Amino acid sequence: MSEPQRTAPLSVALGAIGSIRSAIFPAIAIGFSGIGSSSGNRFWIALAVGLVSFLIGTAFSYVSWRRLTYTIGETDIRVESGLLSRSARSVPFERIQDVSLEAKLLPRLFGLVAVKFETGAGGGEDMSVQYLTNGEGERLRQLVRERRDEEQAAPIANADPEAPVAAPASEGEVLFAMGPGRLLRFGLFEFSLAVFAVLFGALQYFDNVVDIWNVDLWYRWLKEQGNTVATLGPYVQAAGAIAGVIVLVVVGMMSGIVRTFLRDWGFTLTRSPRGFRRQRGLLTRTDVVMPVHRVQGLVIGTGLIRYRFGWHALSFVSLAQDDAGGSHVVAPFAKMDEIAPIVAAAGFRLPGETTRWQRASKRHRTDKTVLDALIFGLAAIPVAIFAPPGLALIPIGLAVVAVAANLYAWEFRRFALGEAQIFSTSGLLSPTSQIATRLKLHSVEIAQGPLARRRGYATVHLGLAGGTFAIAGVPIEAARDLRARVLETIAATDYSRLDQALNEAQSGLSANFLAT
Amino acid sequence: MDTASALSPASLPVDDDGELTRLHPNYAKALRLRTVLTAIPFLVAALVVEAVLRDKALLPPGLIAGTVLVIALALVIRIPQSRYNARGYQISADRLRVVRGLLWRSDTVVPFGRVQHIDVDQGPLDRFFGIATLTLHTAGNHNASVSLPGLGEELARTMREDIRAHIRRESL
Repeated sequence: MSEPQRTAPLSVALGAIGSIRSAIFPAIAIGFSGIGSSSGNRFWIALAVGLVSFLIGTAFSYVSWRRLTYTIGETDIRVESGLLSRSARSVPFERIQDVSLEAKLLPRLFGLVAVKFETGAGGGEDMSVQYLTNGEGERLRQLVRERRDEEQAAPIANADPEAPVAAPASEGEVLFAMGPGRLLRFGLFEFSLAVFAVLFGALQYFDNVVDIWNVDLWYRWLKEQGNTVATLGPYVQAAGAIAGVIVLVVVGMMSGIVRTFLRDWGFTLTRSPRGFRRQRGLLTRTDVVMPVHRVQGLVIGTGLIRYRFGWHALSFVSLAQDDAGGSHVVAPFAKMDEIAPIVAAAGFRLPGETTRWQRASKRHRTDKTVLDALIFGLAAIPVAIFAPPGLALIPIGLAVVAVAANLYAWEFRRFALGEAQIFSTSGLLSPTSQIATRLKLHSVEIAQGPLARRRGYATVHLGLAGGTFAIAGVPIEAARDLRARVLETIAATDYSRLDQALNEAQSGLSANFLAT
Repeated sequence: MDTASALSPASLPVDDDGELTRLHPNYAKALRLRTVLTAIPFLVAALVVEAVLRDKALLPPGLIAGTVLVIALALVIRIPQSRYNARGYQISADRLRVVRGLLWRSDTVVPFGRVQHIDVDQGPLDRFFGIATLTLHTAGNHNASVSLPGLGEELARTMREDIRAHIRRESL
């Protein structure tokens, strides 16, 4: 096992296909340029250039395949690569946060995956091996996971070493899955006008072809259209405006649905003995495993409208992150009663009846409301003076909206200190909840601005690995009390024993062993 | 400075709202010198503007440079001392508390059990004044590094050793 291994030979074919793609452009460019006297000549030159760059690309991908090896050692995994300048990277098993398999469209057709080892090192410096066959990737992941767990289990005398290793981690209990119906509904809420941005970008791209910035051209066109519209009368104009809005909404929803289907097709979250496993994606299929003990906290988010229908999204805060840099989403669109079992499986508990919520300071609410309204109020003054009458109503109306939104937001702004956890919710029109284990926090800061100091409230920042946790507008005495109690929990266990302490908590007795 | 109390942290009670230990008095001097160094470019710029505008006679001579000088003097005389007064720390058996900020106050506690590594830094100015900055690094995204500037050189080293000893004891 410890000798260097190569990736799947089919990777060369993928590299060759990739080089066709990069060969097409120079070939076309030559085809349309003035090189060569007659058009027949030009065609052959273009073909030759395309062929040569394809051959070079293929040769290159073959050689780099020859030179790319990975070695699974006793304590680490090493990847060596490079044609002229060799690079060797080694990652110890215990530092691997999770192993994810990613299959983009093309590799997927060939049955290949890219294996990524997420280490939690910032800046996307994660190690990846591409491409391996599906089975090989799965095997490698299994292996890394076992090695890592052996290493971690070593100091704790493992009670029954046979059971977890023998259990095939691939098939676990399905915690959450989304069918096409759910995806469709999810997509409706993922309203997005990104398609217009893309269109705009495309327009700029074709700028050279058609002179779209020619103002006269547009002006003439608008004038013609305007004349036509003007002759139609007010009712038809209104109908036209409504139709325009409807088109906008339909396009927005359609693009939302398409994006959702592409990203979350076949979304399944399973619980295996090793952790959580999430598979999703239509064209690019990803497969991520998150060990339970790496989960630092939970975020339950929602949206303005979907909250009214009872839909929420659950994500895990951990050092490993999704591509966009966010936390791992484990249930993007679910009812609370679907989220509850996932939360429980992660070793957390949702706030219940007995949770004693503490509200944010009312003074904080007043100050924030006044400050937010003041911005719009001040903006109203120059508008009232210089702009045509009536326009000043817009900032004044916004100020009123700001007041209403802030008063409403206060309803959500609260926190609670559970026996082992800390809860907090906040949000403007829809609540976002955060849950963190008290034990897994790293520092506590009480921050106060000049206004907050005078008015007796503070923002409490909790140091959370892989995410942020801040509670705003906490009355100062409550903040001090919160800090004292959280620190009491933190200081009791050293960082190096964190996993151990939590393993005991989860495998063993009860979730609230920390109550003592 | 009362180094004795800081050197025997175990004797202190665990109280996060207790009296703060003040920083080394030289830290106030270092802050002042740093303010002076920051003010010099502004003064030079003001003098240049003054010289350029002299012939135009738009403003009474010395107005710009005078204003800048007054502001700079006020800053140099007042601010460093208040900043120094606003800062402080408290070390106890298992945690370090760092308080800083004049307008935006922040009061951070780092338990030693969560410290990943420790730095002691000295810039040229710090070396001149015999002070050092102690920085504790944690794994949290917020407060990934908590720094405590203006400790006496010796004290900073001793504190580092203390915290390190604590970490080693914990992980054994």
